[in-house]
Parts: sequence; C-alpha cells; structure tokens
Amino acid sequence: MTDTALLIKDVDKFYGPVDYGVHAVKKLNMDVRKGEIIALLGSSGCGKTSTLRMIAGFEAVSRGTISLVGKEVQTLPPVRRNVAMAFEGYSLYPPLTVRENIAFALKASKLSQGVVDEKVAGIAKLLEIEDILGRYPSSISGGQQQRASLGRALIRDANLHLLDEPMGQLEPQLRALLRGRIKHFIKERGLTAILVTHDQTEANALADRIAVMEGGVLQQFDTPQKIKERPANLFTGTFVGEPPMNVFEASVTGSESRMAFGLKDGVRLEYAASDFSHAVRDELIRRQKVVLGIRPYSVRRSADGVTGRVAVNQWLGDQTHIAADFAGGTMVLVEHDRTELDVGQPIGIHLDPSSLHVFDGESGRAISHGQELA
Amino acid sequence: MDTMSPLERVLRGLALTLVVVFFMFPIFWIFLMSFQTNETILAIPPSIVFSPTLSNYAALITGKLQTAAGTLDIAFMRNLGNSIFLSVASVAVALVLGVPAAYAFARHKFKGSEDIAFTLLSFRFAPPLLVLLPLTQYFQWLGLSNTYFGLIWVYQLICLPLILWIVRGYFEDISADVEYAYRIAGHSWFATFRKIALPLAGPGIAAAGLLAFIFAWNNFVFALVLASADKQPVTVGALAFVTSSGIQYGQIAAAIVLSVTPTLALALYAQRYLVEGLSLGAVKG
Repeated sequence: MTDTALLIKDVDKFYGPVDYGVHAVKKLNMDVRKGEIIALLGSSGCGKTSTLRMIAGFEAVSRGTISLVGKEVQTLPPVRRNVAMAFEGYSLYPPLTVRENIAFALKASKLSQGVVDEKVAGIAKLLEIEDILGRYPSSISGGQQQRASLGRALIRDANLHLLDEPMGQLEPQLRALLRGRIKHFIKERGLTAILVTHDQTEANALADRIAVMEGGVLQQFDTPQKIKERPANLFTGTFVGEPPMNVFEASVTGSESRMAFGLKDGVRLEYAASDFSHAVRDELIRRQKVVLGIRPYSVRRSADGVTGRVAVNQWLGDQTHIAADFAGGTMVLVEHDRTELDVGQPIGIHLDPSSLHVFDGESGRAISHGQELA
Repeated sequence: MDTMSPLERVLRGLALTLVVVFFMFPIFWIFLMSFQTNETILAIPPSIVFSPTLSNYAALITGKLQTAAGTLDIAFMRNLGNSIFLSVASVAVALVLGVPAAYAFARHKFKGSEDIAFTLLSFRFAPPLLVLLPLTQYFQWLGLSNTYFGLIWVYQLICLPLILWIVRGYFEDISADVEYAYRIAGHSWFATFRKIALPLAGPGIAAAGLLAFIFAWNNFVFALVLASADKQPVTVGALAFVTSSGIQYGQIAAAIVLSVTPTLALALYAQRYLVEGLSLGAVKG
C-alpha cells in the first residue's frame, strides 16, 4: 500500500452541476507507484488538465476519491497535499527575479540559505538558466519562463510532481536535451511525476507509463511499448504513433484454409489460414465487421501485393513518406531509403498479418494484434 | 515614432498646447480670481494685472465673511474637514468591503455570483434622486440622518460598485496560475490573496480608490438632503457664498482652489504609483 504514490478511484468531474454540467472526466481510475513517471496524453479538452488540477486541489472532485501516499486528499486544500506543480502558463511572480521565484518554492521547507542557494544553482544548471537567474520574468523569453517555472516545481521535495505541458515552449533541440536531463533528475531522486502533454514523443521519452485520455475517458494506461504494440482500441491506435496508423473498414470471411478481408472498392486481402492463430481466426470470423489497422512503418511494398496508386511522395531528409490511394482511402508507408516513385504510379502493397491490428467495427475495441488476441 | 518631420512636430506641439490651454485656463483663471477682490473681478475689461490680496483665504479660514450687509459666519473650513473625512472614510470602507468581494467575484463563480455583482453595479444606474426620498425617511426612522455614519453608509452607493467592478477586472487579469503556484508551494488562500493578488492588483486598486474618492468628494445631493450644516461637505457648503447681498466671487474662487487641492494632490501622488505599477507589467500570462 505504501508503494502507491497516487490512487485515483472512480473520479468524475463535472463543470456545472453534478450529473448535468459538462462531464469533463468520466469514472477515472488510476494508480501511480512511487518513483514512476506518468504521462497524461490526449488532445485539447480530453480531461487531462482537469485531472491534474483535481490532483493538485485547484478543482473540486465531483465524485470519487484521490489518495496521495495512502491518504485521501480530495477534500484537502492544495497546501496540505504536498504536491509540486509546473504550470503551462509559467505563472512566475512578476516582482521577483528568476532566482527568487525558484528559491521561493523552498521557503516553506525552512532550509538554510546555503542549502537553498546550492539547490537553486543545481536546478539552474540542469535547465540551462544560470545566466538569467538575476532577471525578472517580464524580461525573459517564454521558453526561459517555462524553464524557470519547471525549476520551481522540480526543486521541491514533494509527494508528487505535476508538470503541465512542461516543455511546450522550448525549441526542439533544447527540448530533446532537457527531456533526458529531467528524466535522469527525477529518477535519481526517486521522485514521482505526472506530466500532461499532447506531444507523444515527450510522453514516450519521459514516461514509464502513458495514460491516453479522450473525451474524459481513460482509454489505455500502459507502458509506451504496450501502447504502441497493443493499442486497446481504435482511438489509442490512431492517436499514438507518427505518422498515424492506417485504418480500413473490412468484412471478414474465412474457410478451413483461407482468411480474407474485404475492403472498399472490391479490394480483397487474402491470407492463408495458418497466418493467424486459431483463436484469432475464430474471433475475427465471429465478429465479421472489423477495422484493420497497420502502422506506416510496417507496410511493405511487394510486386504480388494489392495495387495502390502513389498520391504523395515526400522525402523528409531521413525517411520517405509515401501516401497511396488504396481501397477507397489512403495508405501511408514509411521507408528509410529515398524512394523514387512518381505520383500516379501503381505500387504493390503487402500487409504482413503479424503487423495487423484488428479492431471491432462497432465498439472500436481491439480484437487482435498479429497472432494474439487483445 | 521618431520619424516625424519638423513640421509635424511643430503642429503636434501646437495642438497639445491648445488642448492644455483649453482645459487648464478655467483653473488658472479661478486661481487668479482667488487672489482678487470682488471689485477687480467684476471690473470690465478684466485684467490679469492686479494687486493680489489674501483676504479671500483669510475670510475662509477665519470663517468670517465680510459682505455689504455685514459679517456672516461661514463654516467653510469645517465643510472642508467634513469632505476630507467623509471621502476618506467612505473610500476606506469601500476598499475594505469591495476588494475582497471583487476578489471573490473574480475567482469564484458561485451560484448567483453574477446576479449579485450586477445588483451592486445597478446602484450606479439609478439617479440619486430616485432613492433619496425613501432613504430620507428610512434614515429618520433609524436615526441615521445627519450622522457621519449614515453619510458614509450612503456614500457606499457611490464608492462600492466602482471599486468592486474596477478591481474585479484587475483580479481577473492576473493569471490564476500565479496564485495556484503560490498556494501549492504551501500557502493558504488568504496568504495568497494578501501576498500575490493584492500586490499585483495594486495599481488597479489605487486607481479605483482614487476614482471613488473623486466621486465621493464631488457628491452633492446626498449630503445636501441627509446632513445639516455641521456635517456637510464643501460641495454643499459652497452654497453659503450665494448671499442675500450678492455672490462672493473671490471667496468662491478661493474655496474652489482649496477644495480642489486635496483631490489634485492625491491624483498627482497616486499617478506616480499608477505609472510604476503599469510599467511593471507582466501580470498577464
């Protein structure tokens, strides 16, 4: 029990009257172990920031309980929760210098001046803001303000660190550098952190587990690898991964020796029955209406594949993105070489059965990933 | 903006001078009048060359008004004192009540909060005359007529909505996250209000306070009806200069100079802080 840093149980959040207002977070259940880094990933308005603010205590919990290190806190004011938070809007105190802003977070802990100075210097070095410690928030850039705000959160010794879009304003190079450093910093000190982000690269790089949210509902809560390899539903499958997963509606037919997926425009994908495990085959035939998903990296070109027509061919400097008209939709392929293909040219497309993700046509829930049932 | 041609510069200077003269001349003229006797003021043509006299100020300060019909007692200094006391006390009460209320309205949307805020604002819609008659009756029943307490209470009709709505806007402009950041660092909401919200909204509170002070100072009709001579402010007291034996222009001018001085001084003093506060900036995330 003491191993759990945060436990969210059946939490609902309504803006406006309970049961009638806007239902921003729906029956959320989550547990975070001590020392874990969790990413709340989702598009704008998915409920991730509401969740973070409920944990911090800035938003009332409409229903359910939130426990921090084994103690229910949903009715406590922020002061008594011992959490640290970095805000998306920086929220530095204008009359204080960056140094004072960061040191300020330690005021309540009553450390000696020497220790405070040392800690501030350490954080400033980590975040590359040593040169602006003496400046005021109004005279530094958005990226610098964001790092100062992040420093103010990380310097504290709290039960939980909440980071709301902590690196949204930084340049790509700096973001990549800081990601590594911050992860090391958090892990080294054994801190527990929850970061809210809409950037999946950030979520993948930093988090031990990712909570994918959409429409106020937790879609999947798993390791980055599991989320990529075994998306729980169509939303997670298409939301996580860049470029996004290709999806096509299909109807399944099967016999003793063959499996076939009928796509739009009369396109048929034929496989030997042995390409699928028994369990998967039976389940797919039973469901009939399904959605096929395949990641662009897994799509292969092959002469005896199904024909598609090249619509876009882009060389991005290190990989080629090809979009082909395929079965009434678009199939995106990624290749690591520079591929010479003209627009309009036909290509053969092969979908390896072991890379196929199959989702239920109605609920969108995953049925199988390659050979395994979901 | 430094790309103006010399001609533009001259024209701009001229335009500014005209505006300043237009607005400042009456004040300047009143200032001159306050050092003249009624005879020189009424002389035709008027002249700015005269032998200045302090008799007007002397009359005001001693409270003895010399008229053709004899000496008249006036309570100008007492009126001035009343004005200062009433305005300062009203603004102080309005700040104490209005600033926390403004903060509550800005930060907490509760059921009916907009309605309450609007009701308070609506006090400013109604012309004072509309409420004056019932108010007079109530005040007589309650024994509040002709008391400082009653006047300060009524002055809240003027000051409170003003402060509430202006300061509320300033609080709303402060990013709530700045306060959240302070609270999560281990401070109570009250400490946050005192240490973060109040200082950041300081210039706004000063501006609202100044405005409320001016409105309170200029009030005429409430004080005229609800107070008798010894509690009346200068705005009402100035009526005493319209005597049976003529209008005492010199003393009126001196009285105006004296009664404008506190507001002017306050405005000039507060202006420094207003500019300072605004240039601090960065309040908006």
